[in-house]
Amino acid sequence: MGVIQSENRPLPMPQPDNANDPAALEVFARKLYRNRTASGFALDIRFAVPPGITILFGSSGAGKTTTLACIAGLVRPDEGRIRLAGRVLFDSGEGTDIDVSRRSVGYVFQDLALFPHLTVERNVRYGLRRIEESEREKRVGEILESFRIASLRSSLPGEISGGERQRVALARALVTRPAVLLLDEPLSALDAATKGRIVDDLRAWNRAQRIPILYVTHSREEVFALGERVLVLERGRVVAEGLPQDVLGAPREETVAQLAGFENIFDARVAAVHEDTGTMTCRLAPGALDLEVPLTRIEPGSIVRVGIRAGDILLATEEPRGLSARNVLRGALTGFEEKDFRVLARVDCGATFCVLLTPGARRSLGLVAGQAVWLIVKTHSCHLLRLAEG
Amino acid sequence: MNWQALGLTLRLSLITAMALIVLALPLAYWVAFSGRRWKFLVQAATSLPLVMPPTVLGFYVLVAFGSSSPLGRLYERWTGHTLAFTFEGLVVGSILYSLPFAVQPLVNSFLAIDRRLIDASRVLGASRLATFFRVILPLSASGIVTAVALTFAHTFGEFGVVLMVGGDIPGVTRTISIDVFDQVQGGNYAAANVTSLVLLAVSFVILAMVYGWNRRAWPRTPWA
Repeated sequence: MGVIQSENRPLPMPQPDNANDPAALEVFARKLYRNRTASGFALDIRFAVPPGITILFGSSGAGKTTTLACIAGLVRPDEGRIRLAGRVLFDSGEGTDIDVSRRSVGYVFQDLALFPHLTVERNVRYGLRRIEESEREKRVGEILESFRIASLRSSLPGEISGGERQRVALARALVTRPAVLLLDEPLSALDAATKGRIVDDLRAWNRAQRIPILYVTHSREEVFALGERVLVLERGRVVAEGLPQDVLGAPREETVAQLAGFENIFDARVAAVHEDTGTMTCRLAPGALDLEVPLTRIEPGSIVRVGIRAGDILLATEEPRGLSARNVLRGALTGFEEKDFRVLARVDCGATFCVLLTPGARRSLGLVAGQAVWLIVKTHSCHLLRLAEG
Repeated sequence: MNWQALGLTLRLSLITAMALIVLALPLAYWVAFSGRRWKFLVQAATSLPLVMPPTVLGFYVLVAFGSSSPLGRLYERWTGHTLAFTFEGLVVGSILYSLPFAVQPLVNSFLAIDRRLIDASRVLGASRLATFFRVILPLSASGIVTAVALTFAHTFGEFGVVLMVGGDIPGVTRTISIDVFDQVQGGNYAAANVTSLVLLAVSFVILAMVYGWNRRAWPRTPWA
């Protein structure tokens, strides 16, 4: 994997506990958008993040992109204060408003915004105008190498693939050595394999540079795959923040739970990889319970996180036979939770699973607490959510 | 064929087109990107020459630069003569008369540029001016070509403003369209026919070149 080295700069020591890092980016911003029809959209956010990847997570229209635009200086808050690495970028009280071009911000737009009339090399070089010639050449050469786009140097953005354009956009932002990196759904249009490789590059780069990276997404899987921390936005406000597993794994907010979607999230270790059957055996941390999950590009022994939606699990009162599903787990019903025509059954199979049932299914099967049941989980209902630093 | 009138008209059209592109670029930038509330007033004023009779426009140019106006006196003090019935007078009148033909295509092509490209340039440290020269201008090539060609062609065939401001002085203000008028007045239909054909051909060639260029102009985002 390509690793971007940070030359001329001491490598900061990796800090395992991000909570102890000084806040590298502090944002407080309020802005009211009036429109003629409804009451309008109001942004009212306040957060501080340390270096490392922080996910801004939320449905569309939650204010994620507007938040990035406020930090970059493309949108001016009505009121607020934005501080980056000890420097005040915006303060409505003091009347400070640093120009966009002087904020040292790296921004990768959702549609990338590569300059269509400039070659890959000149796109990457664009932000280095104020730098001395020899240093500029060196930096451009290095970043093109580490993002494996050096061979595309003289191509136009219209002539290269989507994944390559993504790399060019990242390289163009990173080559300026920004104090913060803002990524607006940068990988949403890519296939899983390309996405994985770019994420690896980004994470390697982040280990070396340790700047705050705000990564906007509405994909749950990206939250678990990337994030050291997650901020959940809803209607212009931060409604939850913390570690991905805390925020989305045991969501207290209903909106977060909806967004997260996975009622069952388990830590597991990859025990065996079966290339012949296209599966991997994952051993769940709490007991000796094994789950067959889809095969992915991952080393045996790696720690992974497995997410299963409660609605994807079948429940049987007798041991089922002749099924294609690879996971048939014996367990005991421990309790029910009933809410609006939905029954959530809890089943202990060595680990506790939540299973979504209809009230009718519960009645016709005559389910009671303490009863022995079997859970059926298809391999492809097990979603592999890779941990941030494996 | 009145070669003198043809040469004079070409010179007038060229100078007008060049002057207009310099004046229209900042004006079009402002119209395209300003958030001012009264922008519509400027847009309306810029478009006035499209609907006003050329005689009215010419009349106002005469009044504005006449010896009774401060502007006219200032001009007279600089040059020693008034603007009326001079080649410079024709240039000023033509610039005003063709202004919308320069501004409109530029505004259209500025507005067609993806705003994100401008944001990206600014975030990457470029000033507004640098962004204009490095991103906006190169991506507006078709608008610039259209603006130059249209103002050139429009001035080439101009009649009313020229007659009002310049009169009909051979070698100074007698343009090709006025030459046609003179020939028809004198019953000289054969000469008028030749001159008209030249005017028609030149105008058609210029417009064909504009449409041909725009057909193979850069797509703005080639992959979208």
